[in-house]
Order: sequence, then structure tokens, then C-alpha cells
Amino acid sequence: MYRKKECVAMLLAGGQGSRLYALTKKTAKPSVSFGGKYRIIDFTLSNCINSGFDTVGVLTQYQPLQLNDYIGNGLPWDLDRTFGGVKILPPYQGQNGADWYKGTANAIWQNMEFINRYRADYVLVLSGDHIYKMDYAKMLETHKKNGADCTIAVIDVPLEEASRFGIMSTREDGSIYKFSEKPKHPDSTKASMGIYIFTREKLERYLREDSENPNSENDFGKNIIPAMLAGGEKLMAYPFTGYWKDVGTIRSLWEANMDLLGEHPALSLLDESWRIYSRHEAAPPQFVGADAVVRNASVTAGCEIHGTVRGSVLGTGVYIGRGAVVENSVLMNGARVEDGATVRYAILDANVTVEKNAAVGEENAADRIAVVGADCVIAAGTAVPAGAMISEDDQRKEIAK
Amino acid sequence: MNAAGLVFSNIHDRTVPELTRIRTMASIPFGCRYRLIDFALSNLVNSDVTNVGVITHYNYQSLMDHIGGGKDWDLARRSGGIKILPPYVAAYENAAAARLYASRLEALLGAQNFINRCNADYIILSDCDAVLNIDLNDVMRAHVQTGAYLTLVTKRMSAADHKFTRERDIATLDENGRITEMARYLPREGEVDVSTNIMVIRRTDLQAALSEALARGYGSFHRDIIGRNLGRKLFCAYRYNGWYSQIDSLETYFSASMELLTPEARQGLFGGEGREIYTKIRNSAPTKYAEGAAVRNSLIADGCVIEGTVDNSVLFRGVRVGRGTVVRNSILLQDTLVETDVDLHCVITDKNAVIRDGRVLSGHETMPFFIGKGITV
Repeated sequence: MYRKKECVAMLLAGGQGSRLYALTKKTAKPSVSFGGKYRIIDFTLSNCINSGFDTVGVLTQYQPLQLNDYIGNGLPWDLDRTFGGVKILPPYQGQNGADWYKGTANAIWQNMEFINRYRADYVLVLSGDHIYKMDYAKMLETHKKNGADCTIAVIDVPLEEASRFGIMSTREDGSIYKFSEKPKHPDSTKASMGIYIFTREKLERYLREDSENPNSENDFGKNIIPAMLAGGEKLMAYPFTGYWKDVGTIRSLWEANMDLLGEHPALSLLDESWRIYSRHEAAPPQFVGADAVVRNASVTAGCEIHGTVRGSVLGTGVYIGRGAVVENSVLMNGARVEDGATVRYAILDANVTVEKNAAVGEENAADRIAVVGADCVIAAGTAVPAGAMISEDDQRKEIAK
Repeated sequence: MNAAGLVFSNIHDRTVPELTRIRTMASIPFGCRYRLIDFALSNLVNSDVTNVGVITHYNYQSLMDHIGGGKDWDLARRSGGIKILPPYVAAYENAAAARLYASRLEALLGAQNFINRCNADYIILSDCDAVLNIDLNDVMRAHVQTGAYLTLVTKRMSAADHKFTRERDIATLDENGRITEMARYLPREGEVDVSTNIMVIRRTDLQAALSEALARGYGSFHRDIIGRNLGRKLFCAYRYNGWYSQIDSLETYFSASMELLTPEARQGLFGGEGREIYTKIRNSAPTKYAEGAAVRNSLIADGCVIEGTVDNSVLFRGVRVGRGTVVRNSILLQDTLVETDVDLHCVITDKNAVIRDGRVLSGHETMPFFIGKGITV
């Protein structure tokens, strides 16, 4: 017997994040590291628990191993519950054959049973690849107050960027009369954040109809929302004004990390009332050596710094050797920058080693971030130019030649 | 070899009154993010001892809060795991155990239920004043190999280097590592084998010793269980040669903390492959170093915000150091707030202390200035 839950959250975490290239070769985008000790998905999961939503289905598809490991039984987010909690929902084989999740809507449709066993009145659909802090409970309150069938969280974006998003046109009361996915000539700046609350019966009905349509792409933005609009359902926009970042590109991932720095950071993780939780690695405290310079930086446990670190975000267990310089960069867990090496405007994925006197990236190259994929070794004395993208596979091929 | 652990959380409380007034020895914060018991528990867990009893005395609220269900040490188990053993006090005034235990032996007598039911071949006894990273499997192997009745882990220390300030339990060994004498005194010269109070004994032997102690009205573990039997049974020392520190005063707390700034101590305590030290997870954000920060030779926990200068210091989680402030040779415990233009030298602040703008506070290495929990200066 399952306890009834008013609202079940469904977190779409199957995206490949192909524009993150080397960073998502071995893992799905939601489990890419962020801000030193977090993964991108920590923000959505923490938002869920901080909002009081304790039943979360995580839909995985692309490279799920790391994500499965990471989420585990949900303990770090207090989601290891007897009633509810977090459940990983991979595509499965059914009586009528096996299907990959064909689109976002199809992924939810295939898991209607998960939602229904909690007899949920509402379904919160989320995507696991955005960085933001948001109280979903307030959004649900608004949804109920409006008597809406679907509420979509929207954020104001600059007009010139609007054509990258799903754009909502709304009336004065916030109700949506038009939705256009990535319009060439946007007539509004209200962009969908990919956060939807549906009243369950309506969702189930439209998902069923969608599943019976062979021409559908089974996507919320492209199919379900337009169908609901056409069907005369009440769709409401829920405006959000805080920090929100789609970290789907190397540049935006780097920028979001940089947003943690500075005197008045755009994104602060120190707010005790809205903590972001993450799975923790046992690591000793960080040590800053006698000759080290660490300024305007975010540094995590296990780091050992003997060189210079400025304007950078360091993950767990990063080592910076003597005379090494790390500037305007993001170094993920276990990265090692040996004596005399330099790293500028770069992202180093987990366990990258930059050997002595090697150089990664260049100065003033914010538009050409150098990326080194997990486990790569940059040989002593060599240079990786700005904007370069190196992965372990490439390195192996290089050696084979 | 199947062993259970028994950890004494209070035994040395009186030695560091400043820090134990509100907590047990076991829950004294140490090394940026740990409590002293974390070293004892991690050593047990890393040696596959997952059935652990923690003997408490008084003031164990902070300890229970720290341990919780034991999950952070992987000791939340259906079978075995960690058990807090509150002191056993009989309900009737004239009963045998009508008062709180006063010695290690009495504490063990109160824990007989755990010992009788833990279903392990060996018991590892451990105190909380020792800071070390030791493979207890090695100790157990030595124990079995020598056929000892009891094996005591000792550390060879030179009086010249260590400048002991208090008496220690010192073992005298013969050439085979057999303990011929145990005495408690202040070593002033030469090299001595100091007891870490980590011991291994067969469970049935411990049960028999406790029954005998009850029958004969013995009161001291060292005098009655060890001392009386030294000539009759085989007591062996296991000489541990890694990094070791014993906290027996505010001074040694200060010097042991400062020693963590050396690579030898950090390597010795944290460097072992698969021998991590576990602690309660607090979910702190990474530490932020501001543009004006100048941090040198310091050990810093997560969750700090540093805007000033920090030299040769140990900062616990959530410490804030304001602009223009200089912190030297100091230990700032969890959530200490140091505002702007403050000057601290050889200061230890307990949790949640607040140092207001412009204060100048200084102690000395031999007498650090201590600011109590939650006190505002």
C-alpha cells in the first residue's frame, strides 16, 4: 500500500547534454559537476525536498551509471523514505515490447503507474539540467488557487535570446494564449523554464491522446502544451524572478560557476534556509600552503593549494602545486595541477592531471574556454590552446597513432 | 577474526575542562571538521569492525547528536552497527550500581550486556583522547600471533621532543615486546612506550575478568585487571609507529591542532589509502575566499567565508573572518564570527563565539586564550 501524495515530482534526467561535449562523454548532463561539490541535479533535488516534496521519480536514459550511483537511495537529500522518496525510473521492457523514452512526454507516459500508485492530485514535471533555487510549494499553491490545468514557470529573458526558448504569450491574469517553441520572431520575453505542474487527470488524458498519435514527437513543449491550448484548458504562467541558468553549453556552465564568486555573487550557496545538498565524499579539510595565494575563489574539502588561485572554483581533492597558477577556471574533483603549470579560462573535469609547466587555456579567453575531459593527462611542458576540447578517447587515439 | 569495539567517550573528560564543560571528550571538535570520537570510530570501521558500543557517562547530548543513527560511519546496521550505551544506574539506592560509574572497570561492568551479547571473538577497547589513524587488523593479527591475553597499543615517544605536561600510562617492555610493568607518571627524560589505551582482548577473557572483578570487588582496570596479572598472564605491546597525538590539556589540544599544519601529520592522519576519517556530514557549501583574502599555512573547513588574513590557523566549518582582520596561530571552532579589523593571536574560540569589530586578543602557545561557546567579545 502506498501513502497518498498530493503531488509527485517527475524529474527528467535522461538528457545527453551533447553541447557539453567531453564533459558528458561518460555521464548524463544532470550528473555533471558544478560549484565544487555539487552535481547539476542537486539543485532540482534540493528544491524538491526544501519545498516539502518527498516523492520524486528520476527518469534516466543516457549514460545512467554515474547518475544511479550518485542518487543511490536518496539519503543526501533526505529522500530515503519509507513512504515516497526518490526512485530511479529507467526505460523498461513491457508486454507490448521495449521502448526507449521517445520524448519528454513519452517518458512521463511510460511511468503513469508510478504517479498513480501515490494517487497524486498533481504532477510536477522538472528537468535536471538547470541551476536555480525555487520553492515549488508556492507554485503549487498558485496552481490550486487559479484552478489551472497546467501551470508553467516562466522567466523574463532578453528579447534577443528569446528565440532559444519556448516562449509564452499571456493575458493580464497570467493565462497563456499562445506557446511557441523556439520562435524566430518572438512576441513575448516570457520563457518556459521547463517546470510544469499538471492536474493529474488532465495530464493523463493528454498524454494518452499524444501516445496514440504516431506523428507526435511526444514532447511537452512541442506537443502536449499546444494540444492543451487547442483543447481550451486553463494554462497559467508562473513568473519566477530569481537566479536561473540553463547550463547546457560550455560557456554557460563556466559562467554559472563564475556566478558563485565575487563580493555579491549572483548565486549564493551559503543560504542556510535553502541549502543545496549533495552526496558527500569523505575528504580531509582544505590546506592552504605557506606560499599560496587564494583570492576570489570557492574551494572545497580535500584541496591542497601551494600555488596561486584566482577567480576559480575548485572541487573536492584538487591539488595545486608550487608556482602553479589557476585563474578564471573550474576544476572538478581530483584535478591535479602540478608545479609551475598554468590553467586559465578552462574547465578541467574530474581527475585531470596537468603535469609540470604545462599550460591549459589562455588569458582573456572567456569566449573560448578550454575543456579537458575526465581522467586526461596533459603532458609536462605542453600547451592546450584556448577553446580546445580534449577527451580521454582522443588522447588514446593520438597515442595509438 | 571477528571483533566488536567498545569506545569510552568520557574517560579523560577532566583533562580539558574548557572544552568538556559542555560536552564529552568524544565530542571535542578537532581538525576543522571532526570530533575526537571520529578517529576511534573510523579506525574501527576501516578495520572492518562494525559492531561498536559507545560507553557514555554524562553530557552526552552533543555526542548523540553527532552520531545520530551512525550512517556517516556506515554503522547504521540491522545487525551490529553503533549502539550508544548510556550509564547503567540501578533504580534502588542500596543496589550494587546505585551511582554513576567512576572508573574504566565500573564502566565496563555497566556495559556487560553489550559484551555478553555482541557475539564477537575479540573486543577492542578504545578511548577518545587519541588522535591517530591505525590499522587495527594489524593489532589483532599481532594479538593472535603472540597468543597474548591482552595486547596494548603503545607509541614510543621521546620526553625531549614531546615535553609531556601530564602523567601518562607508561609500559615497560622486555625485548620480546612483553609488558613487564605499567605505571602512571610524567616522563621527563629518555624514550618511553606510552599507552594509547587501545587494547585487544578475547571476549571470553574480558567476560571472565569482569566476573572476577565483581566477585572480588575490584575497582580499577589498570591496577586490578592489568597490574595484578602482569606476571601471570601474557600482556603484549603493539608498537604503533604512525602519527599520534594525545589530547590531555588545552595546551596539547592547541599543539596537536597546530601540528596538523605539517605535511607529516596530515599524511599520517588523512593520507592512508582506504583509511579515510569519517564524520557527521553537515552539507556546508565550499569555502569562499574573497578578493582581499590572504591565507597561508592554514587548514580550513568547508562553509567558511574569508575576507581577511589567516596565518598558521585552523578554521572549522562556517567560520567567518571579516575584512582587515588578522588571525594568527589560532583555532576557531564551528561558526565563529570574527568581524572586521580584529587581531587574534593564539586564541581558541569555541562554537558560535563572536568577536566584534576591532578587538585585539592574544594568548601564548603555552597558554592559548580561550573563548567559550556562544560568548561575544
